[in-house]
Amino acid sequence: MAGTLAACGSSDGGQGSGDSKTVTLVSHDSWAASKGVIAAFEKQSGYKVKVLKDGDAGQAVNKAILTKDNPQGDVFFGVDNTLLSRALDNGLFQSYEAKGSDLILPEYRVDQDKHRVTPVDTGDICVNYDKKYFADHKLDPPRSFDDLVKPQYKNLLVTENASTSSPGLGFLLGTAAKYGDEGWQDYWKKLKANGVKVVDGWDQAYNEEFSGSAGGKKAKGDRPLVVSYASSPPVEVVYTDPKPSTAPTGVAQGTCFRQVEYAGLLSNAKNTKGGKAFLDFLISKKFQDDMPLNMYVYPVREGAQVPPEFVKYGPQAKDPETMDPAKIADNRDQWVKSWTSLVLK
Amino acid sequence: MDLARTEVTVRKDRRGSAARLGLIAVPVAFFAVFFAYPVAAIVARGLKVDGVWQFGRIGEVLAQSDVRHVLWFTTWQATVSTALTLLIALPGAYVFARFDFPGKQVLRAVVTVPFVLPTVVVGTAFLALVGRGGLLDELWGVRLDTTVWAILLAHVFFNYAVVVRTVGGLWAQLDPRQEEAARMLGASPMRAWRQVTLPALAPAVAAAALMVFLFTFTSFGVVQILGGPTFSTLEVEIYRQTSEIFDLSTAAVLTLIQFVAVGAILAVHAWTVRRRETALRLVDPSVTARRPRGTGQWALLGGVLGTVVVLLLLPLAVLVQRSLDAPGFGYYRALTRDDGGVFLVAPIEAIGNSLSYAVAATLIAVMIGGLASVALTRRDAGRFVRGFDALLMLPLGVSAVTVGFGFLIALDEPPLDLRASWILVPLAQALVGVPFVVRTMLPVLRAVDVRLREAASVLGASPWRVWREVDLPMVRRALLIAAGFAFAVSLGEFGATVFIARPDNPTLPVAVARLLGRPGELNYGQAMALSTILMVVCAVALLLLERLRTDRTGEF
Repeated sequence: MAGTLAACGSSDGGQGSGDSKTVTLVSHDSWAASKGVIAAFEKQSGYKVKVLKDGDAGQAVNKAILTKDNPQGDVFFGVDNTLLSRALDNGLFQSYEAKGSDLILPEYRVDQDKHRVTPVDTGDICVNYDKKYFADHKLDPPRSFDDLVKPQYKNLLVTENASTSSPGLGFLLGTAAKYGDEGWQDYWKKLKANGVKVVDGWDQAYNEEFSGSAGGKKAKGDRPLVVSYASSPPVEVVYTDPKPSTAPTGVAQGTCFRQVEYAGLLSNAKNTKGGKAFLDFLISKKFQDDMPLNMYVYPVREGAQVPPEFVKYGPQAKDPETMDPAKIADNRDQWVKSWTSLVLK
Repeated sequence: MDLARTEVTVRKDRRGSAARLGLIAVPVAFFAVFFAYPVAAIVARGLKVDGVWQFGRIGEVLAQSDVRHVLWFTTWQATVSTALTLLIALPGAYVFARFDFPGKQVLRAVVTVPFVLPTVVVGTAFLALVGRGGLLDELWGVRLDTTVWAILLAHVFFNYAVVVRTVGGLWAQLDPRQEEAARMLGASPMRAWRQVTLPALAPAVAAAALMVFLFTFTSFGVVQILGGPTFSTLEVEIYRQTSEIFDLSTAAVLTLIQFVAVGAILAVHAWTVRRRETALRLVDPSVTARRPRGTGQWALLGGVLGTVVVLLLLPLAVLVQRSLDAPGFGYYRALTRDDGGVFLVAPIEAIGNSLSYAVAATLIAVMIGGLASVALTRRDAGRFVRGFDALLMLPLGVSAVTVGFGFLIALDEPPLDLRASWILVPLAQALVGVPFVVRTMLPVLRAVDVRLREAASVLGASPWRVWREVDLPMVRRALLIAAGFAFAVSLGEFGATVFIARPDNPTLPVAVARLLGRPGELNYGQAMALSTILMVVCAVALLLLERLRTDRTGEF
């Protein structure tokens, strides 16, 4: 027993990256990268990479803010445009313009004067539909936000709690972008009257309630519409053996909200040099090419390769709703509050 | 001669109180540094803006209808849960106290297993039972996962043992001849029970009810998993405000409200405990239990056993069944694989982590709780010391989330830069273990005849020797039981650990929660398998404790 304790002690004693040979990344549970790509970075830079995954995206950001005076690592990855202002306002990051920033597609760039964050990936939050359900019922799947409140789609949609889940929040912001400050509440009243179901997290919505996913089928989910990601259909294909010729689920193109995830060098990072090298790496072509099939997101770098599965089964939304992070910052808390009393109470 | 003796006594008294102060200094310092300071730090972070306290926030937060709704629901569900638990568990307490039947020892350990299981596991077990595709759903199409019933039933499941052990423990020691005497004098059975047994039991029932109320009032994991987005207790709301909405000032106000409520519950509890210590004619429990006689008693025993099977064993059995739902122990075998996915280490390593942390936490809890119990033993202990008794219970009721976040922001600078140290997790777990140690040790220590100690010290024994020769032999078993409880509680601690356990060193409950949070059948199956392992470890620990039970083993 004492041996195990000693082992705990020594492996933990490194305090983030007190030594300059290790660079520590703090992220959320969805972080994933190919071992080979990380190994290549370690070999080329001379740093050893240590990853601390800390709960879901919101929690990881909040915990990082609370511990910013003495951070657990050097680089934080995984703050998205819906929470960006919280991280910036609380001084989570210090300035660093990563090498290769000029190759990031312009629409994803923010904070251009201070360079406190670097865009790393992007994805669309969209309503997914169960193809089989709609074929069986000889019903066209919905295409837009407007469709979702129509009577033929009554009691079909499940979404996530906007106060506890990032796709839930993204969907709310999508409706706010579409219908404006005045109109989104009316829209949600109609959605509620049309039987939208709200659950706490994405996992529960997608893997239990939704009838189109592998998990949902097993759990006998009975909602053929779910708020998820544009990249969810390719996931359904990649993880099925043998691979089907088409994805069992599809995306309602007119219901999408664009999410961008950023990384930054933590204020008070112990190994700033290593942290900078790691940020450079995150937008290098090598990492950007590798990323999509690990985290199911799209690259932000010009010329990075989008895997064929993505092109075939889950193309990026053509005309997603977007919102300026500053506007999100000003309204997010109030909107979530109104949404909660409107939809949950 | 007389003068000299007085002087010796005075000196001894002084030495005694100095020793007592010395004894109590360690637990006081422990609680100041590892409880009061971190909690104060996180509350201050929320309520202090530019160095100025914002007490106006308290009124603002209380004025919100959502917050009042949460307060109302918290109190309502705790009241109903407590009533339901008493209703279902009191017959159990009677049966365990008065009846002798084969397998009683094992069963008493088994009904205690839920109490030390982590809430994530309990929540999951109930989802598997009453949720979509659960057993009830498959058999009769009944689903309770979106109703408040799932929460209430899970609370009964959790706290059944509190009532059985607290009330049943005393009941077994009440002399049945008193009730028989009343009946000989012509009282009806009902009346004899109401006038003889009930008054003697009432303080124990009140104490158990208050403990159940405390645990359900501060319920976190059960409500979070079974409550969905609509049901929220104060504790869950503190978590949401801190961890998800990041409204630290609202979280701080809610923490203060919970603090006040828990303080009030504990004050009433301390009062009932003191009342319970009034003299009762107690007898050896082994002489009060006998085999049931007559149809009525057999029916009662059958009813209680049936309840235990349906309410306590069934959810645990569903858990085991789901963990075996893959051919050839597939989910268990998967635990040994380093998949590089959720943890970067094989989930099986969580078992080693959990055991090491729990051993360290137990050592700390026994040391701190033991010292506190010795200091609190003297009946003439002043008001300050008695107050400290109640204070030691506070960690049971203060949000684990608050403690966890408090640790992160308060213990991160030299000389107390512990954040990266493994000791942080056992320290947090020990906070929850200490109240169990104190509550187990104190009644036993108080029962040691004071005259024995006096005689020993008059004969020239040093205080340490008095303790070793007089107290220790009498409390050794209680100490082992206390250690066992602290161990089991540390194994199951989730709320604080989840915040401070490093992702590369997860404990069993943290690993279960992480696995449950990931999609996929394999992750779910592994979560069930880990839960089953945790359950077995807890059950074994408790079975060993049952063998150690003394006639007077405190409140748990």
